Amino acid sequence: MSAIGGIHNARFDRVSLEFDTPKGKLRVVEDVSYDINDGDFIAVIGPSGCGKTTMMSMLAGFQKPTTGKVLFDGQPVKGPGPERGVIFQEYGVFPWLTVKDNIAFGLKLRANRVPVAERDYICEHYLELMGLSDFANSYPKHLSGGMRQRLAIARAYAVKPQFLLMDEPFGALDAQTRANMQNLLLRVLGTEGKTVMLITHSVEEAIYLASRIVVVTARPARIKEIIDVPFSYPRDEALQERPEFGELRSHIRELVMSEYRAQQAQIRPASFSE
Amino acid sequence: MNGSVARRFLLGLAPWVGAVALWYGVRWSGFVNVSLIPAPHQVAAKFVELLLHEGLLFDVFASTRRVFLGVMLGILVAVPVGFLLGWYRPARTFADPMINFFRALPPIALIPLVIVYFGVDELAKLVILFYASFFAGVIVMYEGVSQITPLYIRVAQTLGAGEFEIFRKVIIPLTVPHILTALRVALGVAWATLVASELIAAQRGLGAMIQNASTYFLLDVIYVGIICIGFIALIMDLILRWISARLLVWQERAVV
Repeated sequence: MSAIGGIHNARFDRVSLEFDTPKGKLRVVEDVSYDINDGDFIAVIGPSGCGKTTMMSMLAGFQKPTTGKVLFDGQPVKGPGPERGVIFQEYGVFPWLTVKDNIAFGLKLRANRVPVAERDYICEHYLELMGLSDFANSYPKHLSGGMRQRLAIARAYAVKPQFLLMDEPFGALDAQTRANMQNLLLRVLGTEGKTVMLITHSVEEAIYLASRIVVVTARPARIKEIIDVPFSYPRDEALQERPEFGELRSHIRELVMSEYRAQQAQIRPASFSE
Repeated sequence: MNGSVARRFLLGLAPWVGAVALWYGVRWSGFVNVSLIPAPHQVAAKFVELLLHEGLLFDVFASTRRVFLGVMLGILVAVPVGFLLGWYRPARTFADPMINFFRALPPIALIPLVIVYFGVDELAKLVILFYASFFAGVIVMYEGVSQITPLYIRVAQTLGAGEFEIFRKVIIPLTVPHILTALRVALGVAWATLVASELIAAQRGLGAMIQNASTYFLLDVIYVGIICIGFIALIMDLILRWISARLLVWQERAVV
């Protein structure tokens, strides 16, 4: 059924990226190397504005590294493609299409066109899974933030990418909705088995969801530490009450906070001089 | 349900009744010479007379056709040009000063030149209306298109859309609202320019009718002409709004 399935992996190989700004070159990512293997759930965590999103953006194919290579299945990434599903921080649901047509959007494209009956089946499946069935014919303007996010996820899933890139997907949601969405994601991954790269600034979210956590430094983003999360799947919220969870959280939080402080120290002199 | 329809009708009617009452009020207040303000019923009688004996419908048709053609041609060109300007930054840098230069020129100021180059026929009037509609439309289009966020295009790319699919399935739907706004703005400007365009050796048309009437100080005819222009513009705008509401049900609007 799916042409995109199969085993995929990604590799950041000594990747650096610089932007040209009026004040000169701005180094955003510096000498980053790590692998994302099939079935991994990688969470990238670091202070906000550190270049995490840029890292994902290179793998998605929106930006090219200045030096080093971003490889997908051994080939340098040339541009975006349906085998790498992206869920954007701002959702990006198409306001001019109904909920159902949003989900069907990818399935009507030449790259992954399927027969109408199959398309309907896939749409129904994700409408059901994401709890959007009652809104199938509504426009996104009638949806809450959480529902829009579920729609964005459903739309990305519908074309069956084995590889998912998620940029702070739950960042804008309230705590309750966020917890629901995390559980939903774990459940879906449990049944559909995907490789995920998740950008987040929430330590709890990273530990709860990921199998490996990449902690990055304040800008430019360098790798500070890569941590294997020792908990097996399936996971549920009881995990967050366990002492090991708490210990890991303290450790990672300390790493992130020290970077946050470093970042503040960088900013402060500059802001005084202005 | 019926009650609310009736109430909306009355609410829509009220300002018109008010305007007519005010009209009578000013006339009877004594502040203005009565011969300078024909009464609403006199204007209505004149309207019927013009309609039955002077071929008012023909003027209405001539004007409406000019506006319609001028706006259609203007928007037909404004849409692709505005799109290019909004989409490609270099195109904007290239053409922006020029567009603003021409946009600032009032169409009326160009009439003498238009007469020299296009004569005094139908073509000359079309050129003026085209000019007015094009520049009104092109600005709306390019402001609108330049505000389209790249997010939707990126989303479509990650779902596997090719260049042409992005254009057809993402950019066109996002452009439609701006085309409709451009049409509405252009229609408004075109009606405003109509009288000016019909100053050119006017034979028929509402602007021509007003122009001729002013020569003979026929105030009631002038009133009929002005009211006709207002109503036709209003009807066209209502039709366009009706089409917009249908095409743009998805847009976030407080009320339709």
